Amino acid sequence: MTKMSHAEALVTAIIDSMAQDERVYLFGRPLGLGPQRALMSRLTDRFDERVFDPPTCEAGNAAVGVGAAMAGLRPFVDLSTGSFSFLAFSQIINEAAVSNYMSAGKLPAPVTFHCLEGARGGGAPQHSQNIHGFIWNTAGLEILAPSNPGDMYGLVRAALASNNPTFIMNHAKLMALEGDVADDRKPIPIGKADIKRRGKDVTIVAISLMVHDAMAAAETLAREGVDVEVLDPRTLAPLDEDSILASVARTGRLVVVDETNMQGSVASGIAGMVAERGFQSLKAPVQRVARPDTPVPFSAPMEAFLLPTAAKIADAVRRTLPKA
Amino acid sequence: MAKSKKPAAKSKIPAPKPRKPQPGTRQDSAAFLAIYRQMALIRAFEEAVRSLATSGLVPGLVHLCSGQEATNVGVISALEPRDIIASHHRGHGHCLARGAEPNLLLAEILGKAAGYGGGRSGSMHVIDLEHGNLGTNGIVGGGIPLACGAALTARARNSGAVSVCFFGDGALNQGLLHECMNMAAIWKLAVVFVCENNGYGEFTAIDDVTAGDSIPARGEVFGIPSKTIDGMDVLAVRKAALAAVTKARKGGGPSFLICNTWRYGGHHVGDKQDYKDDAEAKAWRAKDPLPRFAAWLAKHHGIGARKLSNIDQTVAAQVASAVDAARRAPEPDSSALDRHVYG
Ligand SMILES: Cc1ncc(C[n+]2csc(CCOP(=O)(O)OP(=O)(O)O)c2C)c(N)n1
Ligand SMILES: [Mg+2]
Repeated sequence: MTKMSHAEALVTAIIDSMAQDERVYLFGRPLGLGPQRALMSRLTDRFDERVFDPPTCEAGNAAVGVGAAMAGLRPFVDLSTGSFSFLAFSQIINEAAVSNYMSAGKLPAPVTFHCLEGARGGGAPQHSQNIHGFIWNTAGLEILAPSNPGDMYGLVRAALASNNPTFIMNHAKLMALEGDVADDRKPIPIGKADIKRRGKDVTIVAISLMVHDAMAAAETLAREGVDVEVLDPRTLAPLDEDSILASVARTGRLVVVDETNMQGSVASGIAGMVAERGFQSLKAPVQRVARPDTPVPFSAPMEAFLLPTAAKIADAVRRTLPKA
Repeated sequence: MAKSKKPAAKSKIPAPKPRKPQPGTRQDSAAFLAIYRQMALIRAFEEAVRSLATSGLVPGLVHLCSGQEATNVGVISALEPRDIIASHHRGHGHCLARGAEPNLLLAEILGKAAGYGGGRSGSMHVIDLEHGNLGTNGIVGGGIPLACGAALTARARNSGAVSVCFFGDGALNQGLLHECMNMAAIWKLAVVFVCENNGYGEFTAIDDVTAGDSIPARGEVFGIPSKTIDGMDVLAVRKAALAAVTKARKGGGPSFLICNTWRYGGHHVGDKQDYKDDAEAKAWRAKDPLPRFAAWLAKHHGIGARKLSNIDQTVAAQVASAVDAARRAPEPDSSALDRHVYG
């Protein structure tokens, strides 16, 4: 195991993929590294000729990435803050996602998109969107949401090796997080959930940053004698429905946590899937924890008020338990 | 579209107020002093925001326009109250020049209930309809189409209003700018495109991301008269803006002004600016719009240093009281979170 920050795992994975596959190019230099910007020199020292630093033109940047992928490269396209990727939606959804389908399998577009999404503190309505909900409604994209450096490393490697267009949804607040990356440096299979904590009483399915709040809630509940399982889907599409259903079959109770707003959230989708396919396992109604359906306000106390927290997750778990 | 004599339809944007005396139309020292006061107010305001942000009192990132006062005030001093502006992420100067209350602007920047957006919007989304300001904007290029849309409204209502969109050199490469210039040209919209070219977009120099050796050519290709101006000279900016605004108001269509300027503080508060070289920064500082305009006032209007330092003190006091009020102002009520999601 090697200790790395989430940002370092991201950069390391791109470097390792570039070293192994000469088709891998980087479109977009900053990668949202912020204070960890110096990491980029590790990549540019070795592969500067394979890095393109685009102007501020998200539609064009994404479009060129899609075209380059169709013609044989494996571009990693950084779209910076998730909210800016709205400018590139046609390229992602109308071109990348459907090319393989429309060509009856002859023209795949193996491009990897990356953005930093979510409420990041003072981002206000135009910089705080969790765009995975929007993108999740698109067939044809593999959507990855690594919650820790180990998963980041393995999923980026998998994305750059995949024949499908992929989208790495990275939460802005995760970049400084430290964690272990396995020394075998292997890709993590797309479509495989990971159980972050084993438990027998209640299943929490949590996405991206929310995994950490779910783990904190599980600690609190353990002290109350409630044994919580925390399942991280890791890939939102394709979704590992079987692992979720198997966990719910063991616990009989489900809480789904997603930072995006409730309407159109992955939390809602998973709750619906379990209601349909796992109804017999459920001992209590499924609980969803997500943001209310409002834009994310600028004010710090208002932003804190609307975000899912460990306390809100613990309350949701308690609502699934029999009344004492 | 045919011109109609019908009264303007009801709008959320208030009716024009009587015109203020316009410097340049008469040799009016008072109006020139107003230009100085606005630039001094913007500088003092931005430096106050810098110290609040450095002390951690401003949520998120904040982009200051110290150094760019002449482009802000030069253009906006050419406008009438009925005119409309759309600004960008470095927009406090536009808000103030247009008439925003420093107290309410600062309250918004601190996310307080008293702010223009009730603390919901912050520095990058300050909307002040009373002063014809469709808002600062967090999306690079986002304000450009809004100004063009407002120009369409002005045409439909025959209001005679002119729209101005401000954007940075970074927005020159957004497709939307070119889409909008084309529309403005084919429909002869009363819109002035103002590029505040400070040489950098975030940490990238303009030359690294902007092709061709002529920025005006990007307007000329659509038949839009386009001009590069010394954006540190408030009178040069004002003169070019007056010509563009007058032309637009008479139905002559859009213009494109490129104002070369400089952001003293880098991209956002906390930017160490290690990508800039010191000689370049020094050369720009030597062109500071405030002392330069002060020298002009002394030479052409006999206005002495005393008078200007009185103005400096007045705006400093105004900003100090805004800081005090904004710091003490209450936070918004979080339980009213969903208010205004729908109108
Ligand atoms: C659509 C979009 N892409 C990227 C950004 C991130 N961003 C914020 S400011 C900025 C640079 C803008 O540079 P410029 O237009 O020259 O304005 P300046 O900051 O120099 O005033 C960028 C890229 C954004 N806000 N919106
Ligand atoms: Mg710039």
